[in-house]
Amino acid sequence: MTRLRGLVLLLAAPLAAVVLALGVAAVVLAMVGADPIGILGDALAYGLRPATLVAVANKAIPYYLAGIAAAVGFHLRLFNIGIDGQYRLAAFAGAVVGAAVTLPAPLHVTVIIIVALAVGWGWAAIAGLLYVRRGVNVVISTIMLNAIATGIIAYLLSPSRFAQQAVGSNNITTATIPETGWIPALSTPAGDLNGLVVLAAIVGLAYWFLLNRTTIGFEVRAMGLSTRAATIAGIRAPRLALLTMAASGAVAGLVGLPELLGASHRYGLDFPAGLGFTGLSVAILGRNHPVGVAIGAFIWAFLERSGQIFALAGISTEVVTILQAVIVLSIVVGYEFVRRLRVRRIRRFVALATEGVPA
Amino acid sequence: MTAIAIRPSGWPTTWTRPVLRVVLGFAVLSLLGGALDAPDLFSRGGLSATLRFTAPILLAGLGALWAERSGVINLGLEGMMIVGTWFGAWAGYQWGIGAALVAGTGAGITFGLAHALLSVTFGVDQAIAGLSLNLLAAGLTRFLSSITFASVPGGSITTSPAVPDVPTVSVPGLDLLLVPVEHAGIPVLSDVAAVALGLLTDVSVLTVVVVALVPFTWWVLWRTRLGLRIRAVGERPEAADSLGVRPWRYRYLALAVSGGLAGLAGVYLVTVASSLYHEGQTAGRGFIGLATVIFGNWNPWSVTLGAFVFGFTDALRTRQEVTVGVLLAGLGLLCAAVAVRHGLRREWRGTLLFGIPAAAMLGWFWVVRVVPSEFVSFAPHLTTLVVLAVARQRLRPPAALGEPFRREGDA
Repeated sequence: MTRLRGLVLLLAAPLAAVVLALGVAAVVLAMVGADPIGILGDALAYGLRPATLVAVANKAIPYYLAGIAAAVGFHLRLFNIGIDGQYRLAAFAGAVVGAAVTLPAPLHVTVIIIVALAVGWGWAAIAGLLYVRRGVNVVISTIMLNAIATGIIAYLLSPSRFAQQAVGSNNITTATIPETGWIPALSTPAGDLNGLVVLAAIVGLAYWFLLNRTTIGFEVRAMGLSTRAATIAGIRAPRLALLTMAASGAVAGLVGLPELLGASHRYGLDFPAGLGFTGLSVAILGRNHPVGVAIGAFIWAFLERSGQIFALAGISTEVVTILQAVIVLSIVVGYEFVRRLRVRRIRRFVALATEGVPA
Repeated sequence: MTAIAIRPSGWPTTWTRPVLRVVLGFAVLSLLGGALDAPDLFSRGGLSATLRFTAPILLAGLGALWAERSGVINLGLEGMMIVGTWFGAWAGYQWGIGAALVAGTGAGITFGLAHALLSVTFGVDQAIAGLSLNLLAAGLTRFLSSITFASVPGGSITTSPAVPDVPTVSVPGLDLLLVPVEHAGIPVLSDVAAVALGLLTDVSVLTVVVVALVPFTWWVLWRTRLGLRIRAVGERPEAADSLGVRPWRYRYLALAVSGGLAGLAGVYLVTVASSLYHEGQTAGRGFIGLATVIFGNWNPWSVTLGAFVFGFTDALRTRQEVTVGVLLAGLGLLCAAVAVRHGLRREWRGTLLFGIPAAAMLGWFWVVRVVPSEFVSFAPHLTTLVVLAVARQRLRPPAALGEPFRREGDA
């Protein structure tokens, strides 16, 4: 019975957030002069078609990886805003190395993945080191590192350096990775599913395992619950923070791979940017839980994909970005509300249990 | 951590030394620029560009200062700046500059209050509250652009039509006096004249307001009852509360001011620093503003110095690549000097810490001479990072910074 109530409380916040967001969407749609219920119904119907669902899943894969990268840091209240720079730099390095080497298929892919992991790891470790050794706020340092990564890529991605002018377009890209470095799509009746979904699943499992079944995971969780208690228990906070930050960066390094290995096979000016911020939102939605983050990533991608129906009705698809922001805002308030309800219940319980017992 | 370089009054204890250093650095750079043919190192245009790039960062820094002095880290500053740019441009192109100021600042204040609602009333983690407000600001402005600017002549989904400029003022008579000196080609002295002209002629009225906000902030926070209460809430909210100063109220107020200043920074960006709104215009300046507060040890005067450093590097993008090369050489010399000083004291770690970057910078200058524009684009960000990393960590943030206030017994 208590468990059931706990579950209801857990689900109440996200459900309330979605309902609230839909309400806001309806108001916004009505304001721009559309029929909210009709359009939202159309969007839902479009979103639930099998072909759309596969497209949504493809979109959700990098979101999930970015979400896990953010979640890793969240445990220690390390807000890794730098996922964006980490994955773009990692994907760029992976693309350059991948195009430069000739290797048999499994090895080729492995090399690219390792390069991406290492670059993401290293770029995030800069922020980790600055935090641990010099006390530089992670949010600020990673924002700055994003800008620096953008500049470095802009410098290297030029026809006189590591890139070439794409044929018949304004795009500038790295050389295409040979086919031995591709990961084939999984074909489903409704369309092709990006093969990197397997990698995402592995990362999710590894995250769950490391967090819940290893000493280091225990230390991270202990530190997250109470820095003081964990420090007294002998856990070294600086070392753990550095490790966590670098691990977050390593996962972030993988975010660009579904695009690189599964779709475009090269890094160009049109490489998706801004996935890091999506990752932060998705991690908040999913409360850092591997399954929760997956649901969050799917919802995020679903909103974006099904929102395309708005364009057909002559409404800006940007409504979706407001929707997403409202969901995040209401969900953080919702979770906080639920947390307080819980604390109150526990207090009442403790008060009842200790009634009449002398202090 | 314990040493406090700032008197309770907020004035730096020693101000002669930094001033001397600035004068010396100026003279060295000026001579270097003359010797190496960097024409726009201390040009009038370069200096007024520095001023235009400094002001928004300074506003963001003051905004961060107000919030942090009350105990709230305002990571939503960037978002508040974004809504400032959008609403400033939206009102500005239709009804002129006055409307731009009201709308942009008002939008910032609204977002500041939203932050307070989330972080103070609802008790949401301050970082998460700020970051989700940034998300909302980005989404909201993009949506609003799509339903307004996109259908207006001269506008698009990412840019607004042209926004009117703010009138400028000059110190009268200065032109006549200094322009001959500026063009006389006297080492150092001509550069001083150019700097004076750049800083004191054709200055936007809004820039004057921004500069005036620095002493105003100091006066309010350190010389009025209101300021004392805000700072008390940032240090010991429990103690303040027990004396009848309600922490919530002052945090709401401080966040509203913080948001308003960030909104004003946004208006500055669309009116003075450029002449229209475009998406992504704030480019992390809200976060750089947060960094100036750490750099400035939560003190308005040092925050101003920090904003100037960042504004100067931000303005590099308007300059010639040769000039940036000379600046790099100057920075290399500075690092080399510090390394030598460490070496004389036999502090080898310090020698290495400054010697390696010095060698890298001077070596780069020796071989390549110029700095590619792609690297210049992140100069302020790299500076932020380096300054935060090497700055003496003799800082004293407000004691209750980042901690939500709950009365005992409240869940």
